[in-house]
Amino acid sequence: MIKLNPKIFKDDIEQEPTRFGFGKGLVLAGKENKNVIALCADLTGSTKIDDFKKEFPDRFIETGIAEQNMASLASGLAAVGKIPFIASYAMFSPGRNWEQVRTTICYNNVNVKIAGAHAGVSVGPDGATHQAIEDIAITRIIPNMTVIVPCDSIETKKATLAAARTKGPVYLRFAREKTPVFTTEETPFEIGKAGIFREAPPAGGDVSLIACGPLVYEALKAAETLSKEGIEAEVINNHTIKPMDKEIILESVKKTGCAVTVEEHQAAGGMGSAVCEILAQEYPVPVEIVGVKDRFGESGEPEELLKAFGLTEKEIIEAVKRVISKK
Amino acid sequence: MHLTEEQIKKLESTACQLRQDVISMLLEAKSGHSAGPLGMADVFTVLYFTCAVNHDPKNPDWPERDRIVLSNGHICPIQYAAMARAGYFPVKELKTLRKFNSRLQGHPHREKLPGIETSSGPLGSGLSQACGMAYAFKMDKTKQQVICLMGDGEQDCGQVWEAAMWAGKNKLDNLTMIIDRNNIQIDGFTEDVMPLEPLRQKYESFGWHVLEIDGNNIREIYDAIFEARAIFEKPVCIIAHTIPGKGVDFMEFDFTWHGKPPQPEEGNKALEQLRTLGGKIKTEL
Repeated sequence: MIKLNPKIFKDDIEQEPTRFGFGKGLVLAGKENKNVIALCADLTGSTKIDDFKKEFPDRFIETGIAEQNMASLASGLAAVGKIPFIASYAMFSPGRNWEQVRTTICYNNVNVKIAGAHAGVSVGPDGATHQAIEDIAITRIIPNMTVIVPCDSIETKKATLAAARTKGPVYLRFAREKTPVFTTEETPFEIGKAGIFREAPPAGGDVSLIACGPLVYEALKAAETLSKEGIEAEVINNHTIKPMDKEIILESVKKTGCAVTVEEHQAAGGMGSAVCEILAQEYPVPVEIVGVKDRFGESGEPEELLKAFGLTEKEIIEAVKRVISKK
Repeated sequence: MHLTEEQIKKLESTACQLRQDVISMLLEAKSGHSAGPLGMADVFTVLYFTCAVNHDPKNPDWPERDRIVLSNGHICPIQYAAMARAGYFPVKELKTLRKFNSRLQGHPHREKLPGIETSSGPLGSGLSQACGMAYAFKMDKTKQQVICLMGDGEQDCGQVWEAAMWAGKNKLDNLTMIIDRNNIQIDGFTEDVMPLEPLRQKYESFGWHVLEIDGNNIREIYDAIFEARAIFEKPVCIIAHTIPGKGVDFMEFDFTWHGKPPQPEEGNKALEQLRTLGGKIKTEL
């Protein structure tokens, strides 16, 4: 069984934004490999790339507010053997610079890592302009790209290190707000290998809850509540959107017969869609996608936004009941 | 170290050969761009057939090579022709341009053909990549030069100016950009589509050292590349004034030839013109 934080459902569980894990992970990656370098488009503090800048000032490159240039600069740096991490808000990179990411990074198949901070509506008061909820869709459809959405700051640290060690383009997605740190240093992380964070009973469970990002925590909470009502959910931390761990998903769904996916992203085109692509072709079962329903974000406090956009335990539980009724 | 008259004659004859290759390739491909590749034949001749650029056709991945980054990928027929004649791959492969399974993609692809430094086509991103390479060489304290070839039409792209600003800030003196100033783009003359002038002053104000040359004059091209190497603390922009369609009289200066290939009859006429000049293309502006 995977080891999670023993305080997982306690009120005093540690809280930290996933981007903090990126800051720490990148410093570790920099220590491990001198070719690791970092670029930022005038957002060093909020992307937490400033940790790396402090440690390795000669390996940090400021590009100014020029995300298109930043992406292609990184392509050129990688062509000469560097391992560049480029950081900005996900809305701007890989948002604004999507074509540069596609052509100069992915088509060239160079070793560039794209760190997209402030993804999701939980960015909060900044509003829709700064809330990337389309980034999983636009990255996962590019050939050669790996897409990772870590669930807490410890996993983000591991994902950052793993990305540095993996050859080729990688997109890493982070959130702005503090969220529970529910994994531990011992929780395994491997790119392309989803984690079963809550196992259904051997006799088979009632539903597979497939989530990514900090909402994995909401899925776990929903599973606890459902269990009290006699509904057993298997919870999968589906951190690698591409290449997705087909095996674990299919195995779980074969036991449970239905799935609910959960992500802080448009319901169309994101992780849930990717799961549906697998299930529709290999093992069709009823699926409910918990995500943003074809609308832009807006200003507000993170918690109230998650509620307003239907991305909490409550909506997950409702989706589970709906999907089970369709079996 | 200057080129002798004899060397120049030989290089002009090579440029004429490359122009014929371009026409033959476009005839075979039945699509592609005519004016730009013909106009840049002299620049590519200097890049691939003189000591202006360190490269080794038999060892395209040689780490110490200078990097030739083609930003305006649509003029790739001239790069392919130069590479084939320089020995990167068999000349007969030129006929596969734009065909299925060919290494010579309609716009160049780094993963397909050794010696191509980057995939390009979407305009305006080559300079950024060249800047990244030049910066990496500076980090590593190695001596390679980066030569970025750009069109004038792509100076419309905002990303070019992001990169231009960044190169100036970082004093990339191992970077030379050559702008093919042929004054045409798909929709017409550059100054009608989106005025670029004063182009020289624009780059100077961004912290670049600017040279202006006759881009169809072998000696001027060669000397400018060496002069660029001698400039310290600044990236160098060579504005190469070229004649679009150079060498084929009915294509010269005509923007309608930017993005189309010759029909068979036109192609044969073009080849005949180039052959009868016997490689003695005059290098007047």
